[in-house]
Amino acid sequence: MTLTLSPPTASPEPQAPLQPQGWLRYLSFSVDHKVIGLQYLVCGFLFYFVGGALAGMIRTELLTPLSDFMPRETYNEVLTLHGTVMIFLWIVPVVNGAFGNYLIPFYVGARDMAFPRLNAVAFWLIPPAGLLLISSYFIGSASQSGWTAYPPLSLTTPATGQVIWILSVLLLGGSSIFGGINFIATILKLRRPGLKMLQLPMFCWALLGTSILVVLSTPVLAGTLVLLSFDIIAHTGFFNPALGGNAVVYQHLFWFYSHPAVYIMVLPAFGLVSEILPAHARKPLFGYITMVYSILAIVVLGLVVWAHHMFTSGTPPWMRLFFTIATSLIAVPTGIKFFNWLATLWGGKIALNSAMLFSCGFIFNFVFGGITGVALAQVPFDIHVHDTYFVVAHFHYIVYGGTVFVIFGSVYHWYPKFTGRLANETLGRLHFVLTFIGFNLCFAPQHWLGLNGMPRRVAEYDPQFTFVNQVSSVGALLMAISTLPFLINMVYSAFAGEKAGDNPWRALTPEWLTSSPPPVENWKGPAPLVTHPYGYGEVPQPQAVGASSP
Amino acid sequence: MPISAAILSLGLSVVLVLIGLWVGQNVNLLPIDASANAPVYDELFQVLFSIGTSLLLGIVGLLIYSLVRYRRVAGDTGDGLAIEGNLPLEIFWTAVPAIVVLFIGIYSYDIYERMGGMAPLNDHSVHAMHASADPSMAAGMAMEAGDGPAGPARVWAGISPTGAGTDAVKVDVTAMQFAFIFRYPESGIISGELHVPVGQAVALNMEAKDVIHAFWVPQFRLKQDVIPGQPTLLSFTATKEGRYPIICAELCGPYHGGMRSTVVVDDPETYSAWVTKNSPAPIPVSVSSANPVPLQS
Repeated sequence: MTLTLSPPTASPEPQAPLQPQGWLRYLSFSVDHKVIGLQYLVCGFLFYFVGGALAGMIRTELLTPLSDFMPRETYNEVLTLHGTVMIFLWIVPVVNGAFGNYLIPFYVGARDMAFPRLNAVAFWLIPPAGLLLISSYFIGSASQSGWTAYPPLSLTTPATGQVIWILSVLLLGGSSIFGGINFIATILKLRRPGLKMLQLPMFCWALLGTSILVVLSTPVLAGTLVLLSFDIIAHTGFFNPALGGNAVVYQHLFWFYSHPAVYIMVLPAFGLVSEILPAHARKPLFGYITMVYSILAIVVLGLVVWAHHMFTSGTPPWMRLFFTIATSLIAVPTGIKFFNWLATLWGGKIALNSAMLFSCGFIFNFVFGGITGVALAQVPFDIHVHDTYFVVAHFHYIVYGGTVFVIFGSVYHWYPKFTGRLANETLGRLHFVLTFIGFNLCFAPQHWLGLNGMPRRVAEYDPQFTFVNQVSSVGALLMAISTLPFLINMVYSAFAGEKAGDNPWRALTPEWLTSSPPPVENWKGPAPLVTHPYGYGEVPQPQAVGASSP
Repeated sequence: MPISAAILSLGLSVVLVLIGLWVGQNVNLLPIDASANAPVYDELFQVLFSIGTSLLLGIVGLLIYSLVRYRRVAGDTGDGLAIEGNLPLEIFWTAVPAIVVLFIGIYSYDIYERMGGMAPLNDHSVHAMHASADPSMAAGMAMEAGDGPAGPARVWAGISPTGAGTDAVKVDVTAMQFAFIFRYPESGIISGELHVPVGQAVALNMEAKDVIHAFWVPQFRLKQDVIPGQPTLLSFTATKEGRYPIICAELCGPYHGGMRSTVVVDDPETYSAWVTKNSPAPIPVSVSSANPVPLQS
């Protein structure tokens, strides 16, 4: 590991004196990237509990084959809100906004993001947009057309809720684009002198790839939703077949964003895992260069696979074939990443703590979801299971079993950095065990449901599926219970947790080479030059020294 | 890698493949196969299930082995080996998934073709069939006209659109909130249930009145969206007598879950009797949804 001292990169502009101090910072328009990162994180968790409560309502309704727990219209509102909240207010902001904002400036050796005020604007768009979305339920009707909002259904369901849904997704998309631009500028332009792109921690590459996807595809969604709102408000006919429009064009435009959105949710998680595994296995990240290339390959391929969501939409045969091949190919760079992670563990000295357990849970779940994903990419296979619980199971294995597991692992890994204290390991392991069992119990049986004839987004179903649905609901209940040890742990450890010191994991990435929690502008002295962020095994006792002068 | 380790890995891989094959052959997760396409689908499913099982067990095995074998002993503050990569190994696990994926792609193309997915849409019978379709829906799709070489208006195709010859049973399907209605143009029957003879091709000519619906029969392994403005063709041949559910698989409104019907597969005599009995005076439409509500515009 090479650490050299150098003069500060950006001339440190004094922090605005009017910024509040203490916990009040977290309710302010702070421009400190660490404050903004934690704002994203806590705000995301609040919406996660909302989305989780909605999921609980869905699983309660599905305990019985009849639609008897809530009105059918409400059920459709609940499933729409669940999807929208979980994607746009929980996973995308947390995995990009929270960890990206907190870590990227450290990793490039900068004192803040490239555009700190834009950064604060991007965050402060989220709470109002989220409240707007949820309020639609209380002022008449929330959107009932699913998070996909396919016309003509979205043109015929109650208009108020649909328009509010569009408005809030536009705001959240705007926030996402601001963030993406900021990350690209920071990674490319704010690197500390002497720090090369191929010396950056892997999370930087993951977030660079993600941000490229965000900037290229989110505007397409925004434009599409504006046209959809014209169809609703002004009765134009872009997507309305009755007025000469085309409903399938909407699907193409929607999935041009919403398939890359899966990678927007998953690539940062790949980056975070690439930070957690080496630190707790005490081994260099295996195959750095192939990891970088596989991220870039996923970005390129991720933009040309969208129509695999439309194999039953009367898509022409040549198009079905093209998208089958492109989608299957994504398995190759993804596979490389998983084999490289396994090789990172191989021969290490693995600490099986909460962060590591959640990361390994991620590997299991994501491989499972990836395998069903390759199957779903095959047109003839997809024709049977499209729009069934098989697909519901598949994408929850990817976004929950994949990304959310990584979010929990990352919270445990960086908790000492955020707070200066260690999270309680016993509660953390309990959290993992409950989540892992609950998750698999909830979603594995849903594959069978889909294969055997249960479509998704239904409030009532064939009575032969009752038992399996009840098993799934028990799993969901376990998942809900599993958040209790997590919450207790987070609150308790913040006040009474064991003091962590600056670098409890003896990690080599730059965020650990400063105090915990770090000072404003990240380092008291000049930023360290970390050229081997994964240089484990080279020196027996890695020195957590350098520029941080306590 | 020492020879013994190489032999061990090879042996383990063979065992994994055998377990995968056994699981694929012996674990059946699918409902009964009741159409000509279904056994073809099940063949693909078995192959994918075998490959998936081998891969999952292999990767999870490696993961668990690593966690146990290389777990940190309490108090050990040393590092693991400083291995930053291994190019031949990385090329190996780029090539193997690429080959597997390539195999799956080619194989599923073959399956797709056997299901009739690559049949050209400008087949003569298609246009003959389409001519019988409800002319009122041509207006909404006039813009799409001229795409086909000679057809009056474009039609869309589900998987295996033209497997049906001229002797196919023709049925016009209307999907609406929240029911399917089946019209038999040759006999004039209008029904809320789909009756078909076993062993004979059935050609569906589907249209949606209001929003997007989907026609799905799990036992036929067949699903096709029915999109307003896109008359869509779908054909199948039922191979086992029985009653199977027809399920709407695309969110279409509050009663989406109740939008179900039944396909009744009868032997040819029973089917003929049903046609004869119902032909002269078509039965009133029996809507099968739980509680139909008035359409919204």
